[in-house]
Amino acid sequence: MKIAKLIFRNVFRHKLRAALTILGVAIAVMAFGLLRTLVTSWYSGANSAAPDRLVTRNSVSFIFPLPLSYRDQILRVPGVKNVNYSNWFGGQYIDKQHFFARIATDANTFQTVYPEYLLSPDQASAWMKDRSGCIVGQKLADQYHFKIGDVITIVGDIFPGNWQFVVRGIYHGKEKSTEESTMYFQWDYLNEQVLKTMPTRANKVGWYTVQIQNPNDAARVSEAVDALFTNSDNETKTETEKAFQAGFISMSSAIITSLQIVSYVIIGIIFLVLANTMIMTARERIREYAVLKTLGFTGQHLMILIFGESLSIAILGGVVGILITFPMAAGFAKGMESFIPQFIVEPSTLIIAGIFAVVVGIISAIFPANRALSMKIVDGLRQVG
Amino acid sequence: MPDSIVEVKNVSKIYKRDTMDIPVLQNLSLGVPEGEFLALMGPSGSGKTTLLNLIAGIDRPSSGSINIAGTDISTLSESALAKWRSRHVGFVFQFYNLIPVLTAYENVELPLLLTDLSKADRKKHVETALGVVGLSDRIHHYPKQLSGGQEQRVAIARAIVTDPTIIVADEPTGDLDRKSAEDVLALLEQLNQEFKKTIVMVTHDPAAAEKAHKTRHLDKGELSMN
Ligand SMILES: Nc1ncnc2c1ncn2[C@@H]1O[C@H](COP(=O)(O)OP(=O)(O)OP(=O)(O)O)[C@@H](O)[C@H]1O
Ligand SMILES: [Mg+2]
Repeated sequence: MKIAKLIFRNVFRHKLRAALTILGVAIAVMAFGLLRTLVTSWYSGANSAAPDRLVTRNSVSFIFPLPLSYRDQILRVPGVKNVNYSNWFGGQYIDKQHFFARIATDANTFQTVYPEYLLSPDQASAWMKDRSGCIVGQKLADQYHFKIGDVITIVGDIFPGNWQFVVRGIYHGKEKSTEESTMYFQWDYLNEQVLKTMPTRANKVGWYTVQIQNPNDAARVSEAVDALFTNSDNETKTETEKAFQAGFISMSSAIITSLQIVSYVIIGIIFLVLANTMIMTARERIREYAVLKTLGFTGQHLMILIFGESLSIAILGGVVGILITFPMAAGFAKGMESFIPQFIVEPSTLIIAGIFAVVVGIISAIFPANRALSMKIVDGLRQVG
Repeated sequence: MPDSIVEVKNVSKIYKRDTMDIPVLQNLSLGVPEGEFLALMGPSGSGKTTLLNLIAGIDRPSSGSINIAGTDISTLSESALAKWRSRHVGFVFQFYNLIPVLTAYENVELPLLLTDLSKADRKKHVETALGVVGLSDRIHHYPKQLSGGQEQRVAIARAIVTDPTIIVADEPTGDLDRKSAEDVLALLEQLNQEFKKTIVMVTHDPAAAEKAHKTRHLDKGELSMN
């Protein structure tokens, strides 16, 4: 292509304008990439759910507890292998900024029901022996520099009081996608304290995690469990862990939807930035296009020039944007660790961003190209340049 | 009258602006013999540029025919006309109209990009053309690094590099100082005398017209002999 040189020179004819446009496209591509990553990572929690686990909760709402006595009844349902129970603890560590999940769980069944959390045998038995002991994920430990033997003080809100926990173990995720940002402590410790201070709230659990023998039995077992408690004071709702997490996630679906909308708004902004540059450019060059036509260059040549220029800017901006997405995402991942354990830019996100950049490059050139093509040479030459 | 290389026959040109018709040329005929250097003069707005553009095939007559070296260009399709222009016409504009991001060399090379000449052949042609206009030492300069006179000489090199049948020039000295204008005119004269190029030049400048063999006056869309 003999006119590639002219395309290239045209791109950088106004250096500042070219730089600003490329930067604008790059920043938009990066913002798009980060937002999409936020959305996909948000959903990836649901993907890491185990197929052999069901969650049984109060059918009214997640925030109402269930009696501890249900445990034995659930265990007797055919197909049930094991039952773990937990409470969401809440509370504050230092202040609201230092958020991480704290869960009181039945330590006896924890490791069998959640085999994806790896804990050394020494640490496991140390945790079992210490009522006020807790275990924390590796990421959480790294973030707050928690070491074995450290005392973590939490100011309770759902369960008021000053709570102290001793770090007895640091767990690792079995898979890369397993979260490592939660603190687990013994449910018995919680219950003991609650019995002393607010006895009416004792012996209640937030939810049961029911491990089943065969994942294909999920529907049947769920129905059987819920049937046990129909017409009781606390009816239950049992579903797969995946469905439960998806429901949990969809509580924030309004936020997710707005993030998605914003990511498309960003595509619109890339378009405006680039289209504006291309329209300005083509207007300034009408006379040059007329000269080229005079010399015998055809409409096709002009299209190559204009689309080539627009695409070059879009692709340059797209590449720069994709390159700066990685360090930005790494920084983001660090800051959001305790909220979103998995903040990884997926290749598909980058491909989508790249495709959008190219599409925007093409659309931005349509109007100026059309203008250059339909322009009559004599009119173009009369334009004062 | 010898065989005309440019034959304009009964040409009228009416511009339409909104609903108004603006008649510019009326039933005009003109023949230019091969090898002639013709100057077109006339008051502003008399239609000189319009006539030149018709001859050069960048505009179409409302009626009548234009025949250049045996081709009736008023019947050619848009793309055929573009191709025809690239082979047969060299243009020189008042404001040079060089592409600012290309060097002198690259500007002159532009029309050759439409041919199938090899890179080496193009180089030979470009260097010859720039040599003819006396700018061998300015090959890699950009237009803004050249004086107006030099820019116009680059434009002339661009016009002759394809060895066109005719050269059309619209006020080629209109934007130049006396000295540069003389250089450009001397160059056109040389192209006409040495290289036997047929030249049609629009000018306001009597000194420029003097260099031509013949001057025709255009007034209110009609030609008169000098
Ligand atoms: N593209 C166009 N559309 C409409 N009217 C035009 C167009 N080109 C020229 N005209 C009109 O045609 C008339 C002749 O214009 P033209 O440019 O041919 O004159 P000219 O003799 O070259 O004048 P000048 O010496 O000022 O260059 C003018 O009235 C002009 O306004
Ligand atoms: Mg004119």
